[in-house]
Amino acid sequence: MNQPLIDLIHISKSFDGDIILDDLNLSVKENSFVTLLGPSGCGKTTTLRIIGGFTSPDQGKVIFNGEDITRMPPNKRQLNTVFQKYALFTHMSIADNIAFGLKIKGKSKDYINDKIKYALKLVNLDGYENRTVDSLSGGQQQRIAIARAIVNEPKLLLLDEPLGALDLKLRQDMQYELIRLKNELGITFIYVTHDQEEALTMSDTIVVMNQGYIQQMGTPEQIYNEPENAFVADFIGESNIVDGIMLHDELVEIFGAKFACVDKGFGTHKPVDVVIRPEDIDLVEPENGTLEGVVTHLIFKGVHYEMEVTTANGYEWLVHSTDMFPVGKRVGIHVDPFDIQIMNKPTSEDEEAVGVNE
Amino acid sequence: MNNSKKPLLALPYIIWMVGFTIIPLLMIFFYGLTDRSGAFTLANVTAILASDHLKALFLSLLLSTASTLICLLIAYPLALILRTHHIGKGSFVVFIFILPMWMNFLLRTMAWQTLLEKNGVINAFLSFLHLPSLNIINTSGAIILGMVYNFLPFMVLPIYNVLAKIDDNVINAAKDLGADNFQILTRILLPLSVPGIISGITMVFVPALTTFVISNLLGGSKILLIGNVIEQEFTKGSNWNLGAGLSMVLMIFILLSMTMIAKYDKNGEGTAF
Repeated sequence: MNQPLIDLIHISKSFDGDIILDDLNLSVKENSFVTLLGPSGCGKTTTLRIIGGFTSPDQGKVIFNGEDITRMPPNKRQLNTVFQKYALFTHMSIADNIAFGLKIKGKSKDYINDKIKYALKLVNLDGYENRTVDSLSGGQQQRIAIARAIVNEPKLLLLDEPLGALDLKLRQDMQYELIRLKNELGITFIYVTHDQEEALTMSDTIVVMNQGYIQQMGTPEQIYNEPENAFVADFIGESNIVDGIMLHDELVEIFGAKFACVDKGFGTHKPVDVVIRPEDIDLVEPENGTLEGVVTHLIFKGVHYEMEVTTANGYEWLVHSTDMFPVGKRVGIHVDPFDIQIMNKPTSEDEEAVGVNE
Repeated sequence: MNNSKKPLLALPYIIWMVGFTIIPLLMIFFYGLTDRSGAFTLANVTAILASDHLKALFLSLLLSTASTLICLLIAYPLALILRTHHIGKGSFVVFIFILPMWMNFLLRTMAWQTLLEKNGVINAFLSFLHLPSLNIINTSGAIILGMVYNFLPFMVLPIYNVLAKIDDNVINAAKDLGADNFQILTRILLPLSVPGIISGITMVFVPALTTFVISNLLGGSKILLIGNVIEQEFTKGSNWNLGAGLSMVLMIFILLSMTMIAKYDKNGEGTAF
């Protein structure tokens, strides 16, 4: 059951001398919901297009269900794509749009009609058979695009920022809709987005990409709580990323103060990057904190207050707390050991490319 | 608020339309429906049924239909190639195809005359190769050639315009759903480019149907198209009434093609240059 459905092996691709993907390896298990997440130009869409067959890699192989499909044209692949901006056929009715793939495969009329009914029900648009594409809202068109893909019973569904053109409320509704669809259909989803919240909400596995490299791959919890480098930490949610020195196992020095942590194996007196999420910082009385600072900024955000605390060296810590500390108040900064995430500093140029530069 | 200015701004255009479209049109109707003495008659219109005129009309329809079809057969693949290779309208290839439009229509047609003549460039070349000379000038073929050459850009541009507007992902989606290139052409590209095709057909068919210059220069006096008949009534025959009556009949065919455009090209996509 949980064998790899698709394997990308040493994939490289460049356009006009610009390297888009550099020796990318990715294995996606059957029946999983994998999200490729990254800023624009990180190579996530190119990766999807290579799986879909719309772009061929310069080097490397695409293995689908044990078969090498690197050179197979898209119309022969047993997978379907939901495109950005829907790409519906505007000269056809909704029913004809959904039936397109089935008609090409030469399915019987009854079979096609049953499938259209089933697919429309699945995306909550019963009775829309004879509507025109133009008469549908963006969200409805998106559902039709999904219906058009899934009636072909693909083993793998590729989704290229399918919710990008929808407004916030609709986007959130569609996220739950997609999770429900995936569970009902039991097929593998590979989803491309630049929206970290979308990725965290829907995926089993998130693949964070930047500049053609995979930065980190893991469950949403792993990606959020244990980012492996500064880019991932910065891209997923808000965070304080500061220079630290790993004195020895489970003790890190930040701005001259010693913080207990739970990380081991970084050596002694080694410069590291330290990530602390804004909600993990506890503001206390100055004498009880590890570091001392002054509140320099305060905004009420509804669920919490967002504050900036400036320490003696001038660094502004971002703090989220339900307790309010007024601007100008001296406070102490306390962080629980397990809320401190230690990362190696980039050592080679290859790793430098993975750094934060957006 | 200041609506009084709007009619003022429209005035030059209204004068233009009245002076150069509506009045001439009314004059055509007046001449077409009267005889020399000014009395009402339908004789000038029914004169189309005279065998000479019917023959000219039939030949005109035949030649303009043939050249429209040839234009379509050349233009569609060309527009497809331009689309597939994302050759923009500003590119050299498109420029080459539009370039002839910048030269005088008469000059271009006269150039063909020089090429096709009995002792013209083509026959000179053939005799240089010791090949028998061809009799091209003053044939229907020469007229079709002239029509296709002159009107081809008017077929290419509207088709290219609609094809260029089709999102790549629409074609990718068809591929993704299993369509091969032929199915993409017949089920996606052709249906989506109908407005451009209709527009191109009209833009070639109407001028081809009414031309008398091309048939004069390349058909000699032997081949009379309906355009030539009308022209001769106005110039040599000096029977303006008959000429006007016959052009009213021609107008019916033009109106028919316009109705086609209105029906298939609701958004005006195809005509946008």
